[in-house]
Amino acid sequence: MKRPPVMMIGFGLLALAIVALPFAATNYLLRLTTIGFMYVALASSWNIVGGFTGYPSFGTADFFGIGAYASGILRSSGAFPLPLSWLLGAAAATVFSLMVGPAILRLRGHYFAVASLVLAAVLREITNAATGLTGGGMGLNLPTTGTISVDAQARLYYASMLAAALIAVGVATLIWRSRWGWAMRCVEQNEDAATVLGVNTLATKIVAFAASAGTAGLVGAIYATWIGYIDPTDAFDDLLSVKPIVMAFIGGVGTIFGPVAGAIVFLVLEEFVWRNVLNFHAGILGIIIVALLIFMPGGLRNVARGIERFFTAGRTGHIDKVVPPAVPS
Amino acid sequence: MQISGVTKRFGGLVALNNVSFALMPGEIIGLIGPNGAGKTTLVNVITGMQQADFGEIFFQGAPIHRLPAYQIARRGIGRTFQIVQPFPRMTVLENVAAGAMFAGKANSVSAAKDRAAECLEFVGLSAVSSLPAAQLTLPGRKRLELAKGLATNPSLLMLDEVNAGLNATEIDGALDLIKAIAARGITILLIEHLMKVVMRASSRIIVLHQGALIANGLPADVIRDPQVVEAYLGADYAGHSGAVA
Amino acid sequence: MLYLQILINGILLGGLYACIAVGFSLVWGVLNVINILHGSFIVLGAYLAFFAYTGLGVHPYLFAPIAALPLFILGYAVQLVVINKVIEAPVLVTMTATFGLTLLLDNLMLVAFQANFRKVSLSPPLGIIDLSDTFPALDLIVPVDRLASMLFALLFVGLLYLLLRRTAVGRAIVAVRMDRYAATLMGVNTEKVFAVTFALGAALAGAAGALLSPIFPISPLAGTAYLGKAFVICVLGGLGSVSGALVGGLVLGILESFGALFFGPEHSLTLSFTVLILFLLVRPNGIMGKRGFV
Repeated sequence: MKRPPVMMIGFGLLALAIVALPFAATNYLLRLTTIGFMYVALASSWNIVGGFTGYPSFGTADFFGIGAYASGILRSSGAFPLPLSWLLGAAAATVFSLMVGPAILRLRGHYFAVASLVLAAVLREITNAATGLTGGGMGLNLPTTGTISVDAQARLYYASMLAAALIAVGVATLIWRSRWGWAMRCVEQNEDAATVLGVNTLATKIVAFAASAGTAGLVGAIYATWIGYIDPTDAFDDLLSVKPIVMAFIGGVGTIFGPVAGAIVFLVLEEFVWRNVLNFHAGILGIIIVALLIFMPGGLRNVARGIERFFTAGRTGHIDKVVPPAVPS
Repeated sequence: MQISGVTKRFGGLVALNNVSFALMPGEIIGLIGPNGAGKTTLVNVITGMQQADFGEIFFQGAPIHRLPAYQIARRGIGRTFQIVQPFPRMTVLENVAAGAMFAGKANSVSAAKDRAAECLEFVGLSAVSSLPAAQLTLPGRKRLELAKGLATNPSLLMLDEVNAGLNATEIDGALDLIKAIAARGITILLIEHLMKVVMRASSRIIVLHQGALIANGLPADVIRDPQVVEAYLGADYAGHSGAVA
Repeated sequence: MLYLQILINGILLGGLYACIAVGFSLVWGVLNVINILHGSFIVLGAYLAFFAYTGLGVHPYLFAPIAALPLFILGYAVQLVVINKVIEAPVLVTMTATFGLTLLLDNLMLVAFQANFRKVSLSPPLGIIDLSDTFPALDLIVPVDRLASMLFALLFVGLLYLLLRRTAVGRAIVAVRMDRYAATLMGVNTEKVFAVTFALGAALAGAAGALLSPIFPISPLAGTAYLGKAFVICVLGGLGSVSGALVGGLVLGILESFGALFFGPEHSLTLSFTVLILFLLVRPNGIMGKRGFV
């Protein structure tokens, strides 16, 4: 299947726009797009565990928060440059996933889902209590990002979040195309059959979990330095676990570009809602989630499939990409 | 393979009671027994999907009863499921290639797919190799199970009720395939309900009843064994010289 | 003697915890739905009790069954309108759906009641029973409010038990919990059973909330903690059974009390969760031995 030149031009223009934006746009738009990249990264991150492997993780907040706090603590010590603290934040989240993963990944379905959610509450409790290290409930103030101007800072974080998004999507793509990705698809479609065919299901799940943790942790680490202040309720906010799921739903769980598309759609929706209703936005999000699940369970997956076919043109792909969980029509 | 003293309990139910037997390479052994005798449990225990409470299992000289299931698969023990277990959203080829890839230890994706194509041709499913597995009919799915088992490069293949739901012609075809597999040097444990099938295919029969092994020998002897007759037909018939099948 | 006191504290807490968890466990076991709303239902019940006491002077313990009623209706409505539509879907969908509803309910409560913590301060306070008055050797105290909460909690749990065992509705619920498809073959209207079960879960949450209003501070932000406790209790005790919730509740209560002694109360959730993880690694089927996995 030859790639139509129109699409190539389209993507070229998009790339150009992304690069040009920081120099041409308002601060508001810049901030919005930065958040957009953050959402893309988180949705892709979740997708590795929730979509590829089919394990319903409500734990994105866990990794985000650990990355945020690790980076925050390192920066507060004054001895770590930005990029290093980001990488170490991602590493901390990954290490954490390797510690907790083997325990909770043996749990199937429901138990795993709730365990990953409750884990966020546990982490909130731990960070609240460890006041010496984390500032406890009062939160942690991070040092400013050096002596560059505010505008330059905004552009810096724009670029960093963009990088995080590219890394997350890149990791997802690499995994999808690798042996691990195949193993994950086997686990997602039939875990018992996978075991009997020689798939080390636990190791597969742990790899997915760790990849998800590292990417989410990176986002958290960047976020902490961007905002300059974190506290347990923000860093381990349950909403951070739920929003990526909704984004993946909108765009198509288990595809590479579904979470990307879903994140963008979600961002637009969120902005529209937030602007109008300040103290009820969680409630409205709740209504949107329920409405989405009842009326549009497949999301925009057909759109995502189309985009994916474009990118896998000429390679041996799969007949049916992993399909979102079937919901009765 | 050598099994000794395997016992498995589920709460108050003794599913396997001190089961011991040996399998020689290249044999086709039938495993029969009335419903609930413990046949599938035995397969689950051998493949590592469940752990026995007591007993040991040795395969090619090495103990395997404590190994995780995926390692047992990689050592060359394959199985099919009574209720077929495909990967519904992958193609038929990908389903089989998964077996070649992981348990079959293929070097690369293309090597796995080549082996998969071979296995599909062997079972006669080459025509449908690019369809999603969910679209196959039941006989097709049974053959897919077989192909997947083959792709794992097993030395021992356990076929759990591979003929359930098939008509007579389909069963004949399945039996031919099984014999062809055995001809390649793979030991086969054939779990079956249908006596006719087991009699035709097996060189030796093992009988389970309520978790215990009650017979182990040549087909002609086993069907006349009074204990076996009693298990299937009740005590009234055990005294007669009439056989089970 | 100190340990005995802690043990008593734990038992008192445990009875209340059982009431908190039993509704959640029932819904999970019967509908196979993880009801994130449960925590918020508890908080709502607590708020109703708070306003009933401060506004009308109705004692929370007496109010508990009354609190159960609007929550029963709310639960029934929620089930019919939302849960029913996604009930056959995988856990990702159902849990996200109940999460969405929780966002909605929590936000509504936040707007209506404000975020500051409330607590029912009983006046006159119920005081304590000092066991050393009657048994000089036993230097133990039993706070009456906790004792009352526990007794009423056990009462509700007991009523649920009787309901499940003795009434037609209850038996239908148990049947669906065991095997929902077989139950339909027996003529059970599973849709109705689901609705009633969910409503019962909500009602029990409301009653539990009322019972704990004199003991724990109330705020729309407190829901998750109760949810976490309910989850731990379900895993420890097994799903969908009253006895499981009781055992799990007692174990958690005792665990938390001793944990508070050795590690401090600010680590209670972490401790429970760690014990849970260790427990699951060793015995995945829960204390009661029921199948713990899906």
